[in-house]
Amino acid sequence: MAMTMTQKILAAHAGLDEVAAGQLILADVDLVLGNDITSPVAIAEYEKLGKNEVFDREKVAMVMDHFAPNKDIKAAGQCKMCRDFCGRMDITNFYDVGSMGVEHALLPERGLVVSGDVVIGADSHTCTYGALGAFSTGVGSTDMACGMATGKAWFKVPSAIRFELTGKLGKYVSGKDVILHIIGKIGVDGALYKSMEFCGEGLHTLSVSDRLCMANMAIEAGAKNGIFEVDDKTLAYIREAGGKEPKVYTADPDAVYDETYTIDLSTIRPTVAFPHLPENTHTVDEIDEVKIDQVVIGSCTNGRLEDLQIAADILKGKKVCKGVRAIVIPATQKIYLQAMEQGLLKIFIEAGAVVSTPTCGPCLGGHMGILAEGERAVATTNRNFVGRMGHPKSEVYLASPAVAAASAIAGKICAPEEVL
Amino acid sequence: MKFTGTVIKYGDNVDTDVIIPARYLNTIDKKELASHCMEDLDATFAARVKPGDILVAGYNFGCGSSREHAPIAIKESGIALVIAKSFARIFYRNSINIGLPIVECEAAADAIAEGHTVEADLDAGIIRDLTTGEDYPTEPFPPFIQSIISAGGLVSAIRSGVIR
Repeated sequence: MAMTMTQKILAAHAGLDEVAAGQLILADVDLVLGNDITSPVAIAEYEKLGKNEVFDREKVAMVMDHFAPNKDIKAAGQCKMCRDFCGRMDITNFYDVGSMGVEHALLPERGLVVSGDVVIGADSHTCTYGALGAFSTGVGSTDMACGMATGKAWFKVPSAIRFELTGKLGKYVSGKDVILHIIGKIGVDGALYKSMEFCGEGLHTLSVSDRLCMANMAIEAGAKNGIFEVDDKTLAYIREAGGKEPKVYTADPDAVYDETYTIDLSTIRPTVAFPHLPENTHTVDEIDEVKIDQVVIGSCTNGRLEDLQIAADILKGKKVCKGVRAIVIPATQKIYLQAMEQGLLKIFIEAGAVVSTPTCGPCLGGHMGILAEGERAVATTNRNFVGRMGHPKSEVYLASPAVAAASAIAGKICAPEEVL
Repeated sequence: MKFTGTVIKYGDNVDTDVIIPARYLNTIDKKELASHCMEDLDATFAARVKPGDILVAGYNFGCGSSREHAPIAIKESGIALVIAKSFARIFYRNSINIGLPIVECEAAADAIAEGHTVEADLDAGIIRDLTTGEDYPTEPFPPFIQSIISAGGLVSAIRSGVIR
């Protein structure tokens, strides 16, 4: 029977020759991930299982990124709980302040995820690793606990929507604009329970950074996972990250898809999602004046080196608009260092932006840039729900690093071309 | 599993950020989480919810963050059952894993109004709006999911050997 890319990976991990959409399976996992918010709940559940060791101490990763560096005493307690657990279980991949970064930027960078893997993470944006041709999906803390104990997870095999990419993105248009465009088209539950499989000639023109950003937001369309065909760029990225030997799966030519969309990348314009859903998209060309108080450039969606390079390219020699607070957050220590070496941090600071140590911080209204009542932010993050970045009456507009940087200069949402 | 309770109703795309805002995720204390449940959507929820109440909602309930704190807060607040037109998938599996009863039923979620008294028998596959007398059939859970629910959640299912 013909299978999609996701179905092939799941079948292989369930020890089955084939699987079909809707089938419930128990699959082996290659990595179980948690952070400082979700791991404490998982650890409490894990203790109930009465196990003295995890299934494989090298296949569990815990990253202190959400409320770290500790934002308050309670957050400090949660990180301590994770630290103690990882120490007791001798977990190899525990990332604390100093080595940590935003988890979904960190794990691929460290070579911890490769093509063909099955990854579960107690964080909804675990779907990011689909960019590398892995099946990866967000789960809850109980799944994380049971995954750590057994090395397995239950899944309902998803059907898939196919996105055939053609053409090439224009200048200052990025993967963020493509995925916002797609979510605007299919809606926040347009891919509910399904895989989003990306393929086509246009895929090869996208950088790995763009792909990571797009797979990251598959969850914002309700998808179980987003997954990209593996090409030379993927393999080169994994090699450079020092990952284990990847296993490349391709969808059968006659695999069945619920729907197929053709996306011509050359027609995509910089796109912004208005409050309070990622599906409320408009291109920058159709936006009336929206004045802003804050800009955030960072997160698991857009905190990678390429994102900072684009933002710096726009901010170079310019000033952040008076009255706007611009916050730049490199996603990992490595990215931070590279941004320093390349002079990007100097550009940001001279423009009047602040640069923060890696953290998820403001994306989820944790710390490092909370909004007051009535304030508006343009953010390169992934969610603009009510209260997401602070006060329930604040607003978040989702955009690319290019649009965010341009908006910081203009003091209102605008196209990158407008400030050049 | 049988339930009878009063309905509290919300709309589509109720996300886990409004179910339990991230500013309260620095604790895993269930009672504390429950005290802030639904705060950013409906500040009156925590004060008016009663044990046994039934939450009814529209499409894509529980979308967004994977925080298990969301179904935990709902369960701890006293909600006995969530009926929605559809659930976001992580919320759906989290609810099953922690033993919060949920059921997808478009017709019921559409018709049942705030304040109605509802009776649900998930084994028999029926939701009854006692206020209007209308019945709505529901799909039974697949046996595998049922075995997790019957065990009282995923951790209990593993402890008792239902899942190895």
